[in-house]
Amino acid sequence: MSNKTLTAAIVAGAVATAVASIAAPGTASAAGKEKCYGVSLAGQNDCAAGPGTSCAGTSTVDYQGNAWTLVPKGTCASIELPDGRVGALEPLDRDLPQDS
Amino acid sequence: MPRLPDLQAEFSAALTQPDAAVPDGVTAPSGGRANKRFAVYRNNVTVSLTAALEDSFPAIAKLLGDEYFAALAREFIRRHQPSSPLLAEYGAEFGDFLDAFPPLAAYPYLGDVARLEHAWLSAYHAADAAPLDPARLSAIPETSLGEVRFTPHPALRILASRWPILTLFKANRTGEEGQPPDLSSGGESVLVTRPSLNVTLSRLSPGASDFLEALCGGDTLGGAAALAIEKTAEFDLGTALQTALAAGAFSDIRTPG
Repeated sequence: MSNKTLTAAIVAGAVATAVASIAAPGTASAAGKEKCYGVSLAGQNDCAAGPGTSCAGTSTVDYQGNAWTLVPKGTCASIELPDGRVGALEPLDRDLPQDS
Repeated sequence: MPRLPDLQAEFSAALTQPDAAVPDGVTAPSGGRANKRFAVYRNNVTVSLTAALEDSFPAIAKLLGDEYFAALAREFIRRHQPSSPLLAEYGAEFGDFLDAFPPLAAYPYLGDVARLEHAWLSAYHAADAAPLDPARLSAIPETSLGEVRFTPHPALRILASRWPILTLFKANRTGEEGQPPDLSSGGESVLVTRPSLNVTLSRLSPGASDFLEALCGGDTLGGAAALAIEKTAEFDLGTALQTALAAGAFSDIRTPG
């Protein structure tokens, strides 16, 4: 569609193509379903009931800060950047900027 | 006696700042400051928010590894406290935080992957609505089609990225181990919808994100298509419409008059 003038016929043709290629809308499959209240993704309900909300979290002592010396160990390390660099595997030799 | 709002502000600020003093008025049974008890409370806040972030951003957690993610979450929590009691809304700024986090400067795609994970979650929790029946477009006379305006479905989200974010998202959330995604494969634009109960991610054709954003902004079908062609010569209206209609991107249409 290099022609920048969009005629009504072109729009109509595209709409016809799009509509014809869709077998059935999602409405049919949704019709027989009901949302099940009270079922929520873990941790995404209003209060994250579970480890951490009770005294279960007390032994973790997670609030204490450390110098920033970690490097990613997940799949990041295996993904190559387009220019051939692999992600820096050495920690950057600086701390995070402090909030002012 | 301090005023209650001041007391609450001090209490809340001290929760995520480990070096901050225990607020005035937080006293132990013996009468002194409740240092240990406040530490328990402070710890629980950080642990529960970390768990919430890990649940909301599983692809980022997998990309970085659990240990790194937990440390990163702690840095984020110190700078961003929840602004809503709904934990599902927590982390809206996580993508921007990743972009600006100096130790992660070598991984520039993380911010967009996080934004896609947040879009997924916000689509999941969006209001229910029946998607537009594409057949309704067939009922409109050919001469009026260009003037049609679309109502976006409440769950619709559009994300354009210069990184292959859909590939990265799928590779790190479905648990399928394979070749690491090739970042030089180019950017991907993603349409996030929830036609019924399940969130759907569709890869958009070139120019389609501009087209759909224009439609969501209130442009007519003809106007949005012209704008997309202007920006992207290879934009194909039929393909873009097909993807959007099949995914349930809209809930209604309006014709003039």
